[in-house]
Formats: sequence, structure tokens, C-alpha cells
Amino acid sequence: MSATGDDLRNDRPRSGVKRLPSTVLRSALAWPRQNLFSSPLNAALTLGCIALVVLAVPPLIRFFLLDAVWSGTDREACVKPLASGACWPFVRAWFSYFVYGFYPPDQRWRVDIFLAALAFGIGWLAWLEAPRRGFGAVYFFVVLPLVSFVLLHGAAPIGLPVVPTALWGGILVTMVVATVGIVVSLPLGTLLALARRSEIPLVRWIAVAFVEFVRGVPLITVLFMASVMLPLFVPERYAPDKLIRALVGVALFASAYMAEVVRGGLAAIPAGQYRAARSLGLSYWGMMGLVILPQALRVTLPNIVSIFIGLFKDTTLVFVVGIFDFLGTVEAARGDPKWAAPTTTVTGYAFAAAFYFVCCYGMSRYGHGMERRLVGSQGAGRRPL
Amino acid sequence: MQTKSWLSLQNHARHRGLRFGRLAVQAALVVVICALIYVVAINVAQNLSRAHIASGFGFWNNTAGFDISQTLIGYSASTSTFGRAFWVGLLNTLLVAALGVVLATLIGFLIGLGRLSPNWLIARLSGGYVESIRNVPLLLQLLFWYNAVLKTLPDLRGSLRLPGGAVLNNRGLFLPAVEFGAPFAAVLIAFVTAVVVAIALRIWTRWRFELTGKPVPLVWRTLALLIGFPLIASAITGAPIRLGALHVSRFNVSGGVEILPEFAALVLALSVYTAAFIAEVVRAGVLAVERGQVEAAQSLGLRPRATLRLVVVPQAMRVIIPPLTSQYLNLLKNSSLAVAIGYPDLVQVFAGSVLNITGQAVEVIAVTMAVYLAISLLTSLLMNLYGRSVMFVEH
Repeated sequence: MSATGDDLRNDRPRSGVKRLPSTVLRSALAWPRQNLFSSPLNAALTLGCIALVVLAVPPLIRFFLLDAVWSGTDREACVKPLASGACWPFVRAWFSYFVYGFYPPDQRWRVDIFLAALAFGIGWLAWLEAPRRGFGAVYFFVVLPLVSFVLLHGAAPIGLPVVPTALWGGILVTMVVATVGIVVSLPLGTLLALARRSEIPLVRWIAVAFVEFVRGVPLITVLFMASVMLPLFVPERYAPDKLIRALVGVALFASAYMAEVVRGGLAAIPAGQYRAARSLGLSYWGMMGLVILPQALRVTLPNIVSIFIGLFKDTTLVFVVGIFDFLGTVEAARGDPKWAAPTTTVTGYAFAAAFYFVCCYGMSRYGHGMERRLVGSQGAGRRPL
Repeated sequence: MQTKSWLSLQNHARHRGLRFGRLAVQAALVVVICALIYVVAINVAQNLSRAHIASGFGFWNNTAGFDISQTLIGYSASTSTFGRAFWVGLLNTLLVAALGVVLATLIGFLIGLGRLSPNWLIARLSGGYVESIRNVPLLLQLLFWYNAVLKTLPDLRGSLRLPGGAVLNNRGLFLPAVEFGAPFAAVLIAFVTAVVVAIALRIWTRWRFELTGKPVPLVWRTLALLIGFPLIASAITGAPIRLGALHVSRFNVSGGVEILPEFAALVLALSVYTAAFIAEVVRAGVLAVERGQVEAAQSLGLRPRATLRLVVVPQAMRVIIPPLTSQYLNLLKNSSLAVAIGYPDLVQVFAGSVLNITGQAVEVIAVTMAVYLAISLLTSLLMNLYGRSVMFVEH
């Protein structure tokens, strides 16, 4: 509470500043005076924070950089020098497992192509001035999933040996789960949002029931349901494999959240737009597809990005149902007796945290940029995005 | 005249067509859904009978036969039922969620207001906290607290002795039990008296405030009453509250309250993670209060603290409470990550152990989901009622 209290007090003139000896010193000291030592309480807080930073930052730098072990072939390297720093050779030794899981080494080029194709698709859609973004959407939502499935899973007729999903792991699985989540949840979520605003009662009720149900339960229970109940729902010979079950769970879960976000976007479109589209003689789907949804999705893009961030973090939960995503592979490698050292666990987690942070923070910056763009363009009256 | 009636006739036909179309869509949906349910039900029945798995809730009263590491109500593996295990798990979930909500709210408000602080350093550090915590998956943070922090504590032999007789090691935090001596009734009476006096004080303050406009700092006086009275009583009667001793043997620590590392890790991870989101909620709420409101309050002669308490906070809370509630619900749902570190919450006990033993996936998962769903829907209902009660009345 005190912080806001200070905020309110802040614009009162401060007589103390006048007593400073020279104008040069005044301007040099004015900033810290105003921003760090504006009151005794603030000064104490500033000193406390400085103490905190001094206590926390140097040990962290020492642990992860200065005292860290950078080379070695097994635990000996990380145990010998008093084991005081991070054990980076552990990450290097397991790196290919972190990326590919147990995907056969001679077939890993397929994963590389998938990751490159994915990065290309994301870049195409994320770069707002990119040429032919319509094709980009078709590429990302139709071509990429189909090609990737054939590429990663394999198909005997075209000479790609089948790689069972049990061998997939690491960043590959994280990216597959996240991509499937996005590719399914955006269209399905949009459909659910439209259904929830439908004039047909039964359609509306089904959408409401689905969305509220999924949003009311934890993702873990949805994954449990997908992993233990889905096989019961279909005849035994069609029982889907473990990864597919988790993908179904994640995709349905993400769709419900996406539906709410898109619904918010739909609600933001003025009723005049609907009437104008109708008066042009457009059918329901023409009105939605050509007039309403392009605008609604545009204003809701920042929220869609934040759903993606949540989805990306939530991909880690597939580990709980026995699928080795990136976090799962780190968790598995950490137990390797060959690298058993006091610092191994922290090193592995730090590496994983850095990966997730870079991805999520990047997405969040992108979302913020888009939000600013939207807000800025509304005043200027040009096309938002 | 003729044109008009023709138009209305056409309109009528279109309307009927539309209505017929809608009915057709709904009828088709009903048929599809029924067919789906029928096929699924047949498959489930076949799959279950092939695996010799019973159905129905007959298992509820069968003996569970497995141990649970933390039980708030009486439970024993050999005599308690699956139903009892369900309640144990549910109470463990609620305990973690309740504690997590309190801690997350405290940290979240501190950080959220810190981000708005004119103190540059505090604003930056708070911002750094929010960005770094929000962008790392909760499961990773949970595993970090559990495996990298709490599990690396010394083992039983090297137990850390904390002040007050508590013992900390990688099996948990062991607190000495609180023992109430014979004259404890006096302390209890003192406490009840304090409550009565506090209520009286509150009424008197209100009355005086209405009469003279002089406010009295009620919070501190009430706290002093509630803590002071029992303390004085306990000092007079000779300290009837004592801390018991812990027995540390070679194999375990007994005779106190045990806080499992799983529990501590879950509470820490949930509150630290949710606090980052609550901080953003709080920040948005305070920023939503118009600058003019503060200026108006100041021009009325209110001091900063009074401005904050009487003008900013009530308006900010209106904006804060709905998203805050959904963060609380997220915390409750995220507490199901307990299963990753083996804390016996509802999901770990019921959708884990009970499901594995009975194999009755449909019933067990349905009950588990129903619990979370009921809590979520009930909270949304209360939130809607609250929203209606605090809605701005604009003139």
C-alpha cells in the first residue's frame, strides 16, 4: 500500500532539492533523489533492494558463469573442483536427447526439416507486412500439419521409415504439442465462439456446456481423461497411441480458452457491422467470414498470443501422462548416474527455464507490440493490422 | 395493398423457412449426439467387460489398502475406504489452495503495487519478478522447488535445528506440537472477551465518527486487543501454552507437526507463480482509477493515506476482484500439479491411486472433474452476484 501512497505524494514540490550546492550536482543528484530517496521509507526500501541485488546477483553469476564447469565427459568434471558451479557439460552431453528424444540419429534430419518449416510458418504469420499472408495461413494450418505428420511419423510407400511416437521426445514433442494445439484450437475455438453466439438454442447450449466444462477443470484431469478414457471410447483395435491421446486433450483444452477470447473479439464488433453485412445480402457464413471474423480476430490478436503463451507453458504437463517433452527429457536426464553431481539438477532446470523464458518472453513482447500497434492505429484511423 | 400483403406473405414464408431450418439443425444435432453417445457407451461396455472391470460406485465403500502421506482426517490403509481416501485427497487440495491463495495474494499485492512505485529500483525489481516468473512453466518451477531446493536439504542425520525447537531436513519441516496447559480456559475467556470488546469498540467508533467526524485507527487497536488480552491472561496464569519437544531418532522425527517437502514445494510454487499474475491484476486495477479521482480527493483535503483508503482502493477493488477470483480458481486447478511430485491431493490420491487400483476410469475421472467443476461454477455464480452488487450506478 505504501508504494501507491508515495505515488500520490510524489508530485508535491520537495524543498530539499533547493539546498544542493550547484546546478550540476543538482541535476546529477535530482534523479536518484526523486526516484530512489524521495522519503525516509523510500530510502530504506532502496537500500534494502540494493542489498538484495548485491546478495543475489554475484552468486548467481559465479554459479552459472565464473565457477561453472564447461567441459568434461562425466560427473568427475563436475564433482572435483568443490562442485561450486553449474555443470554445463551435462547439458552438452544430453543436448541431442533434449532436442530429439530417442528419434533415430540417422533420421533426425526429418526433425530438423520440421523445425525449420515450423519456424518459417511462424515467421510468415508473425511478420505483419509479409507478402501473401493468406497463403501463409493455408500453409500453417493445412499444409504444415499434413506434411509434418508424414515427415515425422514416416510412410513406407515413399521410403520414409516409420518412427513410432514412443521414440519422439524433447523439443520435438514440445513443438508438436504446441503446434497441434494452435492449429486445432484457433479454428475450433472460433467455431465454438460462433456457436456460443448462435441463434439456435441447442447449438448455443452445447458450446456453453463444452467451454464452461473444460475451463472449469484442470488440464491434468483432461489429460488423464484423454489418456485413460479415450481408449475406452473406441473399439480396441483403433485405440490411439499415447501421444495422440495427449494431443487430443491439449487441443480440446486450448480450444475452450480460445473460444472465450474470440467471443470477446466478436462482442467488440459494433452491431452495425452485422447489419451492414446482412443488408449487402451476405449469408451468415459470408457475413462472418468476410466481415465480422477478420475484424474480430484482428482486435483479439494480442489475447490470442497470450493464449499461445499459456498453451506453450502447458505443454509441459504432458510429462505427467508419461510423454517425454522437453521438460520430461531434462527430468529424465537429471537422474543419469553418469552425471550424478550436486549441481546437475539445477543446471538442467536452469537450461530448461532459459529455453521456456526465451520462447514465452519473445511471444509476450510480440503480443505487446501488436497491442500498441492496435491502440496507436485506432486514433490515426488507418488499418489496424 | 396487394404488394404489401405479398411481401408479408413472403416474409412469413421466409420466417417459417428459417424456423424450419433451425429445427432441422437441432434435430440433426440431437441425432448425431445420441448416436455418438450410443457408440461410445457400447465401446466402453465392451472394453470394460473384456478387461473385467466393474462399473458403478460400488467401490466407494471398499477398503482402500494404500497409504497416504498426509491426512487431515483419520485414515488408515487397512480399514479406511476409497470414499475416505477421496475426502482425504480433497481436504489436502483445499488446504494447499487456501494457503496458496493467502500467500499469493500477499506477494501479488506487494509486487503489483511495487511496480507502480515511484521508487525506480522497486518498480524494476517488481517488473523483473513478474516477467521472469510468468514466462517459465509452473511445472518447471514446482520441480525446481522440490528437487533442487527442498530435496537437497541435509538428510535426517544432518538435520538443521531451527530456533524454537523445529527440525528441518529433506523429509520435511518438523514443528514442535503446541501443548495447552490446565489453565488454558483463562486464555480462551480472555480471547472471547477481546472479541466482544473489539466489536463494541467498532460500534462506538462508528457512532463517534458519525457524530464528530473523527476517525479512529481501528485495525491496530483491534489487533492489539486480540493479541494482548490472551497474552496477558497467559502471563497471569503462568503460561499454559507450551511447545512440546520433538523426538529425533536415527530413523525418524516424531512428536510434532510434520510439514512435508511436497506440501511446502507445492505451496511455494503455486503462490510464487500465481503472485506474478495477481500483481498484474492489481496494477491494472490501480491504473484503472482515474487520475481525476485522486486529484479530487486531494483538493477535498484528504491526506495521501486517506485518499488511498477511501478513494483509490474501493474503486480499484471493483476492477481487481473479478480477475483476482479467476486467478484463485487457476491456483486451485494448478494445485493438481501435485501429482508430479507426489503430494497426495485429490488428483494424486483419487485419479491416481484409486484409479490404478480399481481401474474404474470413467467413474473416478468423472468424480474428480465434478469436484473442480462444482467449485469453479459456484465461484462464478458468487462472482456474478458480487458483480451485480458493486456495479457502477451511473447518473
